[in-house]
Amino acid sequence: MLQSIPLDWYLILSAVLFVIGVIGVITRRNAIIIFMSLELMLNAVNLTMVAFSAFLGDVAGQIFVFFVMAVAAAEAAVGLAIVLALFRKKQTVYVDEVNLMKW
Amino acid sequence: MNLDVILFALFAIGAVASAVFTITRRNPVAAAMSLIGHFFMLAGLYLTLHAQFVAVVQVLVYAGAIMVLVVFVIMLLNLGNEQQLTERISMRTTIGTLVAALFAMQVVTGLLARPTGVNTQHADAAMIGATAGIGNALFTTYIFPFEAVSILLLAALIGAVILAKRHLHEGI
Repeated sequence: MLQSIPLDWYLILSAVLFVIGVIGVITRRNAIIIFMSLELMLNAVNLTMVAFSAFLGDVAGQIFVFFVMAVAAAEAAVGLAIVLALFRKKQTVYVDEVNLMKW
Repeated sequence: MNLDVILFALFAIGAVASAVFTITRRNPVAAAMSLIGHFFMLAGLYLTLHAQFVAVVQVLVYAGAIMVLVVFVIMLLNLGNEQQLTERISMRTTIGTLVAALFAMQVVTGLLARPTGVNTQHADAAMIGATAGIGNALFTTYIFPFEAVSILLLAALIGAVILAKRHLHEGI
């Protein structure tokens, strides 16, 4: 039985992974890598929910992970379509070269 | 050292390392590959939490579907290495990174100082993590969100087709 890891370890790991995702979003220029960092953040939150679900014995956490995955798939489709449209229009995927909405 | 400690350490170190690798690579393909590794490590962590269904769906949906989409777009756009990781080390980026790191330190020290006290998994953990438990809850209590998600996926499908279409009023 795999039962001797406390809940806190999973929460700490999840916080670290989330912050790695945040740093990726802040520092990178490539829209696709920013997108992948977003996925990192979503997965960190998923880990938290699965951990709570397993430790508190409630199935709701894992159901929510299922929905988060569905939303992430939808986000992937739309986000990558936006990146494609952006590349057709501006020939770049670097977010600092896109200032259409900058005043 | 117990087997579970070894497994947790292996998957946790692998997950953090592949996440760091993902956000530091210049080549988008290398970043995508390490992100796939990250998803597999997370699936292993889900297995240590007795969440078999979520672990398998993680590999199928994330490592399978979503990353294929990402790699396909990278291939379609023919992206090379980023010239520089960042244009220049700007004030905003530095402050943002520092604030994020500070947040992580706060959470970690907070959890270390006052543990939640929940040290063992629930007795039913293996039962609710199996496909039967998830399916029972999904198709009874959560049937409305389930249907709503299917509409969301349809909307995303249509949106993606419209956005990626070649000529839309000759504009964006």
